[in-house]
Formats: sequence, structure tokens, C-alpha cells
Amino acid sequence: MDRIPILRMGSFLLVTIQIDLYDRLATNLESDLVQMVNKTGARGVLIDISALSIVDSFMGRILGNIGSMSKIMDAETVVVGMQPAVAITLIELGLELRGVHTALNVEKGMELLQEKIGTDLDAESDDDEAGAE
Amino acid sequence: MKLVLNKDSMKIEKEQDVVPFRNRVKEFAVKIGMGLVNQTKLITAASELVRNMLKYGGGGLAIIEVISEGRDTGIRLLFQDKGPGIPDVALAMKDGYTTGKSLGLGLPGTKRLVNEFNIKSTVGEGTTVSIVKWKNG
Repeated sequence: MDRIPILRMGSFLLVTIQIDLYDRLATNLESDLVQMVNKTGARGVLIDISALSIVDSFMGRILGNIGSMSKIMDAETVVVGMQPAVAITLIELGLELRGVHTALNVEKGMELLQEKIGTDLDAESDDDEAGAE
Repeated sequence: MKLVLNKDSMKIEKEQDVVPFRNRVKEFAVKIGMGLVNQTKLITAASELVRNMLKYGGGGLAIIEVISEGRDTGIRLLFQDKGPGIPDVALAMKDGYTTGKSLGLGLPGTKRLVNEFNIKSTVGEGTTVSIVKWKNG
């Protein structure tokens, strides 16, 4: 069966969607990602949708679900590379992609994730220091 | 008067038919020289409607037409199913209304993406939705 590959890079998971997804493929991706977050203890999920020519309400819902599910599993999700025409269409359709962060490209997306996770780690280490004193 | 210049139809019976149908619509849109943003809107609208037809109407027939009216050229899509029909079309067209587990954006959202939107539904007989997107609309 077809599957979208999920790559692990440090504490992040990377997904590049290269083809237009039919429903089963999209729902599989959703469950695979949540399981991978659980298995690897990933703190961030980066989804590259630059190859998607359209995002309809179904795909929007899948992206939103991935964001919410990952959040509960203590991982941040960032969607990167959305085409301008797709952004225009999404907003007119009424989908605002709440619950996921977005960034212009993979590089900026990685920076955003590192920032988000970095501040978490800093806060934790501050707590440790405070505990030691 | 809308003249039909070119026509094609596809049977939609399973979810795997959605992507090929979208690609077919894209081919037609590219052929008449529709811009990228309008193309994206049309294909997104097509995707929403074809998904609706599968989900609520149990599949059906999707027709793609190249039409012209005066100086305008555009694409008309027709979606015909023999499903249960929609008892209250006005309610189904309201933002946020859904009988399924979706966001309820399908019909009203789709209407915002196209230039013309018509829906006819008879309970027990089926539903026909037609949309038009003009090349420069």
C-alpha cells in the first residue's frame, strides 16, 4: 500500500508531500505521524506542502488534526511551502488552518521549530538550576 | 446564452477517482488559459463537490464543459448523483452546517470560489450541482 515517508531528523519529523493525496493516503499519514511522534518522542513535525497544487477542506482538516494530535503528544507542527494560490483559495473557502504553525519554506520552518522547542528546553534548564540552588 | 465548446464526463464511484478528476479539470482550465489562482479555486471547488457527491450521494457523474458567453470563456462543471437528496438546500448552504463529521464549509465555501453556483435537489431522487468559473472571473 502507498505511504508517505516520514523522516526523522534529531528531535523532528519531516514529511514532504509530493503527490496529490487521495483520502486513504491522507488519513494514513495522520495516524502514521501520531504513532511516529509517540515512538520517537519527537518534539516537532514539519510538513512540506510545496508540491500540493490544491488544499481542499478535507486536506485542511487532516493538517489541522495532525497539529492538534501532535500538540497533545507535546510536539509542535509547522506547515511550510504553501503556494500563494492555495493560500488565497483556503481563506476564501473559509479554512484558516488553526492549530498549526506555518512558515514560508523548510529553512524558516526549521528555525521556527527550533525556536519553539529551544525556549521550552531553556525554561526546563532554568527550573533545574532553581531546584539545585 | 452559454455555448458549450467542448465536453467530457467521468464516472465518480470511489475516492481514488477524485484525483484523476481534479487533474482532468486542470487540463481543461489550462487549455483555455485560465490563470493559476482561478485554476486553483476551480479545482478546489471541484474537489469539494466531488467529495460531497461520494460521501452523501454515493457517487455519480461529473461533467466538464468548456463554455462561452459573449466574450467570456469558462469552465462549467456538473455533478449529478442519484443519492437521497437534500431536504433543506438553504440550510445546507449555511456556513458551519453539516450532517456529517466535516467542517460544514463544503457548499458555502465552494460557492465563494466560483462565479456561478446552482443546486437542485429532490429528496429520494438525487442532487445536481453546477458551477461556472470564468477564465477571467
